[in-house]
Amino acid sequence: MTSSPTVPAFTLVRPQDAPLDPSPLYAKLRAKQPISRVSLWEGQLSPWLVTRWEDARAVLGSPAFSADPTHAGAPTFRKDTPQGRRGFFLNQDDPVHAMMRRTLTREFMVKRINELRPAIARLTDELLTDLTELSGPADFVEHFALPLPSLVICELLGVPYEDHGFFQEHSKAIVDFNATAQESTQALASVSEYLLGLVETKRAEPGNDVITRLAVQADEGVITDQDAADLGAFLLIAGHETTANMIALSTITLLAHPDQIPHILGGQEQVAGAVEELLRYVSIVHGGLRRTAVEDVTIDGVTIRAGEGVIVPIHVANRDPELFTAPDDLDLDRANARQHLAFGYGIHQCLGQPLARAELQIVLPEIFRRLPELKIAVPMDEIAFKQDTVVYGVVELPVAW
Amino acid sequence: MHVEVDVPRCVASGQCVLLAPDVFDQRDEDGLVVLLNENPPAELHDAVRESATVCPAAAIRLEEA
Repeated sequence: MTSSPTVPAFTLVRPQDAPLDPSPLYAKLRAKQPISRVSLWEGQLSPWLVTRWEDARAVLGSPAFSADPTHAGAPTFRKDTPQGRRGFFLNQDDPVHAMMRRTLTREFMVKRINELRPAIARLTDELLTDLTELSGPADFVEHFALPLPSLVICELLGVPYEDHGFFQEHSKAIVDFNATAQESTQALASVSEYLLGLVETKRAEPGNDVITRLAVQADEGVITDQDAADLGAFLLIAGHETTANMIALSTITLLAHPDQIPHILGGQEQVAGAVEELLRYVSIVHGGLRRTAVEDVTIDGVTIRAGEGVIVPIHVANRDPELFTAPDDLDLDRANARQHLAFGYGIHQCLGQPLARAELQIVLPEIFRRLPELKIAVPMDEIAFKQDTVVYGVVELPVAW
Repeated sequence: MHVEVDVPRCVASGQCVLLAPDVFDQRDEDGLVVLLNENPPAELHDAVRESATVCPAAAIRLEEA
């Protein structure tokens, strides 16, 4: 399949002068033809692109679409994406998806995550203390945004304290922007191998943690030990870089809107609302959610045929003026911010969202409470944004305080 | 207002519990939705409506009187 000159190329590049806004191409498409073809893989494929919030929800909530990347014509980020192990249930359809997800649903219950809040607050405090003991400007990504969620995942999984160094080092290598694909894959393999050993350890010495409870489910025959290790690795992949970039980009966003910083220092409900608006505005998962129609389906008057691919860029849906007034403005008081699709929608919606919310609700106020003079230590145009990646973020964020 | 939940559809995103903790809870064994009050008082209606709107699995049904 080749694209005609009228079919625009799908792009992740955000404008240089507005690095938190989506490419202006998508607002134009939304106004002209909200479900339209884009070209992918240098014109080898032309999937549908959905730009309206309502249509995005319709696609993501419909059983007519598959999340399996191995369909012929699946509009995946990279060509020939394997489905991978079933523990990475993001890429699975029901019933396998539901079965694997169900092994973890209780771990992210609101009351269970609330039990983790004191640990998140302690880790935040320790990392900010270490940061302020450094002399002069430091990289906020390396010293705070990346280690915080990785240490929280250590708590959640039950990684023993003496292994935190190993776990931190390898989880950092998995998401290292400058690493080759081979280096990242190798780091992930090391973490998986470590977690497979941890399943055995927890069987002998159970704790109050995810790996212990996955080991029990393996003993009951619900999953295999390999699934238990893969599910642990999946939680790391899903919860590390995403949260890290959300912390870094929220910090940049708040520093660019100093008049709204008092909101993030307000009461619990005000902070919760501010975090929803930051999730909407920043929308770090900007690679677009990718689906393939498994039957003919009509969305908003457009018929999508079985076998055709659909890309749902949630950062674009989150700027739909039909739902969000003045969508490109940050408004931490926005009444309907919670309707954002930053965690996706439908049966694949982020399972870790209560944890992500808790981390952001604890971390963001604490940053500005502890570092009231925080500022970016280089001109904004010197900050390197990770443009062509599934998860948007910054490579480094030099800060002073 | 009358509330119904479709437990098999629930994907345990937990949003209803955050929005309306007096109406929705989660089962300890698997995090799926538990309806605490099928006829919530008027002051909770907005939170319940928002819960139904944001539920990713459309597992909350409302009948408004």
